[in-house]
Amino acid sequence: MKKRHDVKRYPGLGVLSFAFFVYLYAPLAIVILYSFNENRITGVWTKFSLKWYGSALNNAALVDALKTSLLVAVIATVVATTIALMAAMAIIRGKRMRARKLSETVVNLPLLLPEIVLAVATLILFSLIGLQNGLLKLVIAHSAFCTPFAFLPIRARLQGMSLDFEEAASDLYARRWTVFRRVTLPLIFPGLFSGAMLAFLISMDDFITSNMLSSGGTTTLPVYIFSLIRAGTSPELNAVASLLILASLILATVALTMSARGTGKDI
Amino acid sequence: MSDISHHQAVVPEKLVQGKPHARGWNLAVLGVLPSWLLMGFALIIPILIIVAVSFSVRGAYGGFDWGFDLAGYKQILFNEGWSGEIEFTPQYLVIILRTLLLAGVTTLLCLTLAVPVAYYIASQPPFRKALLVYLVTLPFWMSMILRVYAWMIILGRDGPLPQFLQFFGAPSGLTLMYNDGATLAAMVYTYIPLMVLPVFASIEKLDGTLIEAAHDLYGSRWTALRRVILPLTAPGIASGAILVFVPSLGAVLEPILMGGGKQMMMGSLIQLQFGGGRNWPFGSAIAVMLMIFVMIVLVLIALRARRKEVAA
Repeated sequence: MKKRHDVKRYPGLGVLSFAFFVYLYAPLAIVILYSFNENRITGVWTKFSLKWYGSALNNAALVDALKTSLLVAVIATVVATTIALMAAMAIIRGKRMRARKLSETVVNLPLLLPEIVLAVATLILFSLIGLQNGLLKLVIAHSAFCTPFAFLPIRARLQGMSLDFEEAASDLYARRWTVFRRVTLPLIFPGLFSGAMLAFLISMDDFITSNMLSSGGTTTLPVYIFSLIRAGTSPELNAVASLLILASLILATVALTMSARGTGKDI
Repeated sequence: MSDISHHQAVVPEKLVQGKPHARGWNLAVLGVLPSWLLMGFALIIPILIIVAVSFSVRGAYGGFDWGFDLAGYKQILFNEGWSGEIEFTPQYLVIILRTLLLAGVTTLLCLTLAVPVAYYIASQPPFRKALLVYLVTLPFWMSMILRVYAWMIILGRDGPLPQFLQFFGAPSGLTLMYNDGATLAAMVYTYIPLMVLPVFASIEKLDGTLIEAAHDLYGSRWTALRRVILPLTAPGIASGAILVFVPSLGAVLEPILMGGGKQMMMGSLIQLQFGGGRNWPFGSAIAVMLMIFVMIVLVLIALRARRKEVAA
C-alpha cells in the first residue's frame, strides 16, 4: 500500500518548492528590511530607523499621487464591475443569447494583447478626438483593462451556481428584478466582491497605461514611484514600497479568501 | 396593470418553455451592450487607428500626418542617411530578436520552475494545498513596479547579491545590472505565478491511477513524467505559456529599469517612440509587429489544442 502511494512522489520536490517560496518572498522581505535602514545609501546598513516612513508620509507629491490613484481606481472599479456583472449575467444566464462566445472574447480582449499596445493605441485615439481631461482619459482606459479581471470571478461564480434558487424564486412569483436582487446578487456576492477587489488592485498597480496617458496634475502612484526610481534608489522609496506591499497584502488576502469561500462547498 | 395579470402572463409561458426568464433576449443584448461599447471605444477603434497610423507620415513636430507611407516599417530594417542613401541597420532587428529570445527564455525558465513546484503543491493535503496556492498568488497582486524595483536592489550596487558574490571572491564594484540577464531575472520573477497556477490546476485534475498504472507496467518515474504526466498537463502548460509569453513580449518596465537605456525590447522601444522619440508611425509599426507576434502565438496554440481534440 505504501509503495503504491510512493510512485506518485518525486524525491527532492519539497526542498525545491521550499527554495521556490524563498525566491518568491525574499526580494519583498529585502525591500522591507532596507526600509528600516537609517543610512542614505540603501545597500549599506548602519542602524534601525523609522525616519524614512516619516518623510514618506510627509511627502506632498506622494500623497497627491496616492489620491489620484485612489480616485481613478475607485471609479474604474465601479464602472468595470458594473459592466462585467451585466455582461456575465447576459452571457451565462441570458437565454437565446447570440454571439455568446464573441461577447466573451470582447470582454476578455484586454487580456489578449500586450498592455503597451493598448496604451499607445488609446493615446493616439485621445489625441485625435482632442480629449484633454487627464482624469477622464485614465478612467476610460483603466475601466477597459479592469473589466476582464472583474468579469472572470463573477462568471466563475455564476457558472458554478445551480439555477434551482432562481427558478424557485420565480416559481414563487418573484419578478425578474426581484429574483436578481434578492437571490442572484447575494449568491454571487463573493465573486462580485473579489472581482471588484482585483479590478481595484489592477488599476492601482498600473504603470504602462497611466504613464502614457498621464499629464501634469494626474500622476498616479506607480508613475510617481517610477520617477523616484529614475531619480536613484532612496530609502524613502523603500518605505513607500513597504507600505504598499503591506496594503496589497491585506487587500489581496481579503479578495482571495472571499473568492475561495465563493468557489467552496455550499452551492 | 396589476401584479396578478402580470403573473398570469408569465405562468403559461413558463409551462411552454420549461424555464424562467425565457424572454431574456432583449436583456441579454442590453447586458453585453455596455461591454461592447467600452471595448469598442477604448480598444477596438484604437487598435484600428494604430494600424492606420503605422502606415501614415511622420509629423514635422512629432505625432503624425494622415497619408500612406511605408517609412514606419522601412525604418525597422533601413536607415536613411543625411544625403538620402538607404542603408541596412540591424539595431531594431536586434531589439526584435532580443524580445523574442528573452520572452522565450522567460517562458521556458518559468515552465521548468513551475512544473515541479505545481506538482508538489498538488500532492499536498487540502489545507496546505490551499495555503501554498495562496502564497503563489499573493506576490502577483503586489505592484509590478515594486517587484521589479526589488530586483534592482538585489542586483544593484552594494546589493545583497553582489555583496554575497564578493564574499566568495568576486571582484568588488561588480555590477549585475543593465544587461539582458538582469532583465531576464526580473521577468521570470514577475511572471512566474502566471505559470504555476494553470499548471497546478491541470496537475490537480490528473488521474493518479494513470501514474500507478505506468509504474505497474514497469515505467520509471522519469518515464511516467515524460509519457503520462507532461502530456496530460499539456493544456495547463499551454495556457501558462500564453500567460507568460504574451506579457513578456510586451514587457516595458523590466527592460527600462533592469536593462538600462541600451538593452531595449519592443515594449520599451514603443514607449520611447511615443514618449521622447516622437516618431508615431515607427512606434505604431513596432506595435503592429508586436500584435502580429502575439496573434501568431495564440493561433498556433489554439490550432495545437484543436488537433489534440480531433485526435482524442
